[in-house]
Amino acid sequence: MSDVTAKPLLSVRGLTLDIPLASGTLHAVRGIDFDLHRGETLCIVGESGSGKSLTSLAIMGLLEKNIRRSAERMDFDGIELTRASKRQMRSLRGDRIAMIFQEPMTSLNPAYTIGDQLVEALRLHRRVSHDKARARAVELLEKVGITAAASRLGQYPHQLSGGLRQRVVIAMALMCEPELIIADEPTTALDVTIQAQILRLLVDLTKEMDVAMILITHDLGVVARVADNVGVMYAGELVESGPAASVFGKPLHPYTRGLLRCIPQPGKTARGADLGTIPGIVPSLVGDVQGCAFRTRCPHAVDACRDAIPERGEPPHEFLCVHPDGARAAEGEPA
Amino acid sequence: MAVPKTDLSRASDPLLEEISGPTPRQILRKRVRGHTGLLFGLGVVLVLVVIAILAPVLAPHDPYVQNLGSRMVKPVFMGGTWDHPLGTDHLGRDYLSRLIYGARVSLLIGTVAAVISGIIGTAMGVAAGYFGGKVDAVVTFLINVRLAMPVVLVALAVVAILGGSLEVVIGVLGLLLWDRFAVVMRASTLQVRRREYVAAAQAIGASTSRVILSEIMPNIVNNLIVIVTLEMAHAILLEAALSFLGLGVQPPTPSWGLMVSEGKNMMLFEPWLVLIPGVVLFILVLAINLMGDGLRDVTAPENRS
Repeated sequence: MSDVTAKPLLSVRGLTLDIPLASGTLHAVRGIDFDLHRGETLCIVGESGSGKSLTSLAIMGLLEKNIRRSAERMDFDGIELTRASKRQMRSLRGDRIAMIFQEPMTSLNPAYTIGDQLVEALRLHRRVSHDKARARAVELLEKVGITAAASRLGQYPHQLSGGLRQRVVIAMALMCEPELIIADEPTTALDVTIQAQILRLLVDLTKEMDVAMILITHDLGVVARVADNVGVMYAGELVESGPAASVFGKPLHPYTRGLLRCIPQPGKTARGADLGTIPGIVPSLVGDVQGCAFRTRCPHAVDACRDAIPERGEPPHEFLCVHPDGARAAEGEPA
Repeated sequence: MAVPKTDLSRASDPLLEEISGPTPRQILRKRVRGHTGLLFGLGVVLVLVVIAILAPVLAPHDPYVQNLGSRMVKPVFMGGTWDHPLGTDHLGRDYLSRLIYGARVSLLIGTVAAVISGIIGTAMGVAAGYFGGKVDAVVTFLINVRLAMPVVLVALAVVAILGGSLEVVIGVLGLLLWDRFAVVMRASTLQVRRREYVAAAQAIGASTSRVILSEIMPNIVNNLIVIVTLEMAHAILLEAALSFLGLGVQPPTPSWGLMVSEGKNMMLFEPWLVLIPGVVLFILVLAINLMGDGLRDVTAPENRS
């Protein structure tokens, strides 16, 4: 854990994303707050449609034009992202904030060799010679574990396997030595044996180069292994956030506990025992949303869940619930 | 391309050679060789282009010189002489020479009109597909307006007002044939725009113009090539139609459409006067279309890997 009193690299307060639809406004992200310090890894977990990817695109300023973004504060190392000009954002992107996308099969342009693409990533921001950029590309390809890196530069993306491509994408994100990497489900499109390798690589490299990372995923197993801090998103809200050890050791929000019960744990889950499920479906976020969005699926829902939900817990581990203990006692967990 | 470098390391690593396989250029060459339609189309078009360029050298006579003493000489295969291999027209001008010079008019009009419409249509289509929203609405409206206009009638009206000449015909066709470019480029851009490498390019800080020119264009240019060829054929046919109606290229300029038109009065007695330019026109348009289809087949990215 880094020192909490230091100024965070990225500080987001009250980020809200609204999408106007024919049937009303979709409140995709509803006022989320988080801080990220240099060199830290923040994992954002949640189901599909909970607003994880939109949050990452909102930081990059790459949202579709029809999505309305508002925030009290989105401060990246002294730069207010909500007021940054297009030119300012462009010079940040790729240089100080890099992004890794989910689908390595389509995130490289099929019309260029990987060498060209890596060199371009650097030369868009730095005045370096082509040869120097090439040397840097080779160095990074070796760093991400690609053998015969120099000869790979002349290859096209379709000649590489999915795992290799994602390594290239990671190398590309590191070309300009960014301070923040946003990885949007970087391993979901890969097969399981490769997933662990790529994740390990990403985490090792960010630690080694002291890069902060926002890792977006729906895989809790991933989170437990790599995160410093965890944010659990549900229906556009961060329902629980805190240091990873604390969130996993003592999950406070009923949704987080429900999620954790869905994962089999070697040694703890008995053979043949049922895994937990969370009944119900994610509610529609179109129109006015009031109260706790999880109340329709929560076993501990009470009438007060329809009203404004208080923020509970002590920083850094906080959660949103009407029950002061997040109904831990009701589930027979120690307080 | 850094071919020597790659070759060196490949030689040292036999395993890598197996992974990399043939380069895209090698794959393309192989596919072109296996495509009969493309080879035929490309061959015919190239031959006609060479003929058009070398017209002054190849033509046996001056295409404008009239000789009323030897009018309507039959071509060789109908009992004529080798002095006029394809005979002479109603003014005694050598038919083969006029045909050769006519290739210049057809190819010039086809190429320039296709390039003008290509620039207009591509700019509109890519802008609509990339920016969407209002830009898209305006472009779609313009495309619909253009599709509602009958090309031949508009071309006739404009040429009738401005007078027929090579420049006017090229200009009119260039300004009228951009619709297919705009439609196809818009659809292709929409398709490519959603790919993650476009977002990835934006995420590394590329500007809009850079994203359009160096990320999107290379991936849709094969569609563009196909439409260029189709519209070239279209323009050549329209020029022939306009010339036939007397509103295109004006006599005595040799144009295939004009030759058909001039021969039509004698069609029942001397059918070859109409048939020869008609068949040549047919072959050129067929060859261009085969070339376009073939290019689409061999460059389609889904077949690349």
